[in-house]
Amino acid sequence: MVKFGVVVFPGSNCDKDCLWAAGDVMGQKADFIWHESKDINKYDVIILPGGFSYGDYLRSGAIARFSKVMESVQKFAVKKNKLVIGICNGFQILLEAGLLPGAMLHNKNLKFICKYINMRVENNSTPFTGACGKNQVIKIPIAHGEGNYFCDEKTLNSLIENDQVVFRYCDEKGSVTDDANPNGALYNIAGIMNKKGNVMGLMPHPERAMKKELGSTDGNFIFDSIVSHVKKYL
Amino acid sequence: MSKYDRANDLEITPAIIKEHGFKQEEYDNILKILKRPPTYVELGIFSAMWSEHCSYKHSKPTLKKFPHKGKYVIQGPGENAGIIDTGTDMAVAFKIESHNHPSAVEPFQGAATGVGGILRDVFTMGARPIASLNSLRFGSIKSANTHRLLPGVVAGIAFYGNCIGVPTVAGETVFEETYEDNCLVNAMTIGIVEKKKIIKAKASGLGNSVMYIGAMTGRDGIHGATFASAELSEETAENRSSVQVADPFMEKLLLEATLELIDKKVMVGIQDMGAAGLTSSSTEMAFRGNVGMEVDMDKVPQREKGMNAYEIMLSESQERMLLVAKKGKEKEVEKVLNKWGLHAVVIGKIIKKQNIIVKEKGKIVADIPIEPLADSGHPLFPLKHQKGVKPAYLADINIKKSDVKEPDDLEAVLKKLMGCPNIASKSNIWEQYDHMVQTNTVTLPGSDAAVIDVKDRDFMIATSVDCNGRYVYLDPFKGAQIAMAESARNVSCSGAEPVAFTNCLNFGNPEDPEIFWQFEKSVEGLSDAARALKTPVISGNVSFYNEGPAGAIYPTPTVGMVGYITGSEKRYCKQFFRDNNDVILMIGETLEEIGASEYLKELHGLVKGPVPDINMKKEVLIQKTCRDAIKKGFVKSAHDVSKGGLAVALTECCITGTLHGEKPIGAFVELQSDIRLDALLFGETQSRIIVTAAREKVTALKKLASKNNVIISEIGKVGGSRLIINVDWASKKNPKKINLGIDELIDIWSKGVNKYV
Repeated sequence: MVKFGVVVFPGSNCDKDCLWAAGDVMGQKADFIWHESKDINKYDVIILPGGFSYGDYLRSGAIARFSKVMESVQKFAVKKNKLVIGICNGFQILLEAGLLPGAMLHNKNLKFICKYINMRVENNSTPFTGACGKNQVIKIPIAHGEGNYFCDEKTLNSLIENDQVVFRYCDEKGSVTDDANPNGALYNIAGIMNKKGNVMGLMPHPERAMKKELGSTDGNFIFDSIVSHVKKYL
Repeated sequence: MSKYDRANDLEITPAIIKEHGFKQEEYDNILKILKRPPTYVELGIFSAMWSEHCSYKHSKPTLKKFPHKGKYVIQGPGENAGIIDTGTDMAVAFKIESHNHPSAVEPFQGAATGVGGILRDVFTMGARPIASLNSLRFGSIKSANTHRLLPGVVAGIAFYGNCIGVPTVAGETVFEETYEDNCLVNAMTIGIVEKKKIIKAKASGLGNSVMYIGAMTGRDGIHGATFASAELSEETAENRSSVQVADPFMEKLLLEATLELIDKKVMVGIQDMGAAGLTSSSTEMAFRGNVGMEVDMDKVPQREKGMNAYEIMLSESQERMLLVAKKGKEKEVEKVLNKWGLHAVVIGKIIKKQNIIVKEKGKIVADIPIEPLADSGHPLFPLKHQKGVKPAYLADINIKKSDVKEPDDLEAVLKKLMGCPNIASKSNIWEQYDHMVQTNTVTLPGSDAAVIDVKDRDFMIATSVDCNGRYVYLDPFKGAQIAMAESARNVSCSGAEPVAFTNCLNFGNPEDPEIFWQFEKSVEGLSDAARALKTPVISGNVSFYNEGPAGAIYPTPTVGMVGYITGSEKRYCKQFFRDNNDVILMIGETLEEIGASEYLKELHGLVKGPVPDINMKKEVLIQKTCRDAIKKGFVKSAHDVSKGGLAVALTECCITGTLHGEKPIGAFVELQSDIRLDALLFGETQSRIIVTAAREKVTALKKLASKNNVIISEIGKVGGSRLIINVDWASKKNPKKINLGIDELIDIWSKGVNKYV
């Protein structure tokens, strides 16, 4: 069984949903990791969940990156090359921690937005998207106030060149348009990964799209991808 | 320097008595209770505990009329929140509360702290909050004040709920001139708790430590409860210090810590420091446990320098709780709080003498017997037995139908209604709320009722919050019956059986006999309907003094209904049309009623009765028929007919699938009737539900209805991309029809309110 560790920061609020998705829905082993823990090496995958770590009164993720567990997450990702996925606030923390390039701005309309959107799989040869088709459209919810991804031109070019842009906001047919961009993110970016491809951050919530009754099962594509990848290579 | 910085032994002059809002006879009672003049701190404590907000002195005798018992009730009114059984190992806790005045003064913080307060009421019962709802009322959507209040209130609710991670799943937003100067912000929260973990706000165990947890105390919100118990005026606008500041992150930590304390079984009881802060929490906990309490002001964590006992006892700083630890468990309480980065401080103890004793710098500054402070049955408690007088305005409130001209262009009427503020989509409001966190929301906002799954258990929760204040204004008894009936009907349309309700009774100044009459009649109407529906009240809140310079608001008794969908199949239903060729049926019948309708106001500019009739026996059977049909799998959709009448309800069935990511779909409807066309299409006759069924299920559905003695009629079928309504109008010439493209209707409906948000 694949071992998922879901980090709990003070103020995390999608931690239980991630545990449910990885554990109950995927049938894998999933535990919480308290933010003061150091020993995380027994896990195959670390999830940094959504929420408002430390209230996010400063800048989203700006304080959580200094928590004890993040030192271990750095090593886990950089030295051990194991999988780390940051969802929503988790993505913001990965940016603040420098594990992914760029920054998050407030949504273009300056409001929190919670709704279903579509995103297109730009790169399906990653550990997080192996079960998806190339250019597959994924229906998935967003729920954030600061999801407007931004980076400088050089960084964007390098993200594109290295196939690090994993998901882009699109319409239901898969066209990447301004209208389909819910928050003003640069290049319609919904999710990116690092160069090595073992750390990914995305604003939408795959753990909320695991069951038909919740409106979509497309989140399973991402969790399935991770599980198959871990089983195959580790 | 604070204006409350006065010596504790200062002479209590008539001016100071008046400043505290006491009537002379109330002050005389204080003298009788203490057998001496009160100290300054004591005067402050009496003023808070006897404020309308804490004491319910005007409402209590009337509230006794409510049914509050039933097979599901575990905890009725009088606790932090009420609790109902589910028939499993779990119970459901919920309550609604108002934060009207703070929101009118400072919309963002006012609304945010309203959400925070109701969440605390639920998790102090040991329940984890799983859903929040709200009921909002503003003046005209075009007014400058609404443009200040609406975005602030919505952002405040979003700020708090989103951060703490409790989904905001349903609500209502109403625009009506009467709320121009006094908006209504009612917040409701539902939580679930294992029955064996329910904890109450009751102090017990002589010598047990009283502990303070959460945020530090500042001067914010001093006399907030008293502020809530006065009319809003030019002067109260200066009372900004009465509004508190919200810290949802602190509350998230408190929530987790509280639930952990309950798991570890280290406390006897816990209460939120809500209105009147430390004063009410200490007094009420001690009262429920028939004990006394001694608290030491020097031990209370303080955010500001130089606060005196008066300020500390009356502060309404947010995110604080008072708990009574089990003997010898203080260290364990501290350990849990420390884990969450918080502190727990022993500030007092349980004593035998049933008094509240406040100490400051080693001296006793207040020593008051608890009973007359908290027990409305005590002879010296200032309970008001008031008599209502039927308001003069009701003498001439009904229209003559013949005075209302029937419209020529029905399509124009429907378009106007779909875009009007009380019917148009509110998606730009509820998309600001995280309504999906916790991954249980199976029916999204914008529906009759929200449906929340409970994982690993054989039940789901359906909930709706409703009130048509215009109906209640025009006919308090009937309007209140309808508020109850509609909230239950909404829950029934999802397939759930209504189980119990909470209410937020928003009214003007109760000392005005006409307002008090509205209040009494409303409570009677709610009670009557609640008895018929077998749904007791288990919690609630009364908010009086909702008045502005222009007078009182419409009486607005908001009902928050909770129902269950049971069985391992968890069969539930949504409101929108599904498939081509499904048969559209209406349960119930349409009468010639146009009074009190949205149509009458929007098209004719009239707020006049008569309010539509309601027969509760019929209502109960109609709801039962709908639920049974859903349970048996006969129907694919069910939607209640309310504001805007049949034509609007049909349009909503065609277009609201878009909110769930489904494609909109047209309908072809044929109506046969001899009543006025405007009543037929836009009148708001009660007890009607539109359902759809596959052709092969129609016979079984009709049988079910006739078994329940309920009228059901086939009115059309689903399909196409237009809404076509033909009226076969036997007795009159020129048959009329509505034939509009669904896309056009969606466009109008999407923009009516959203363009302002």
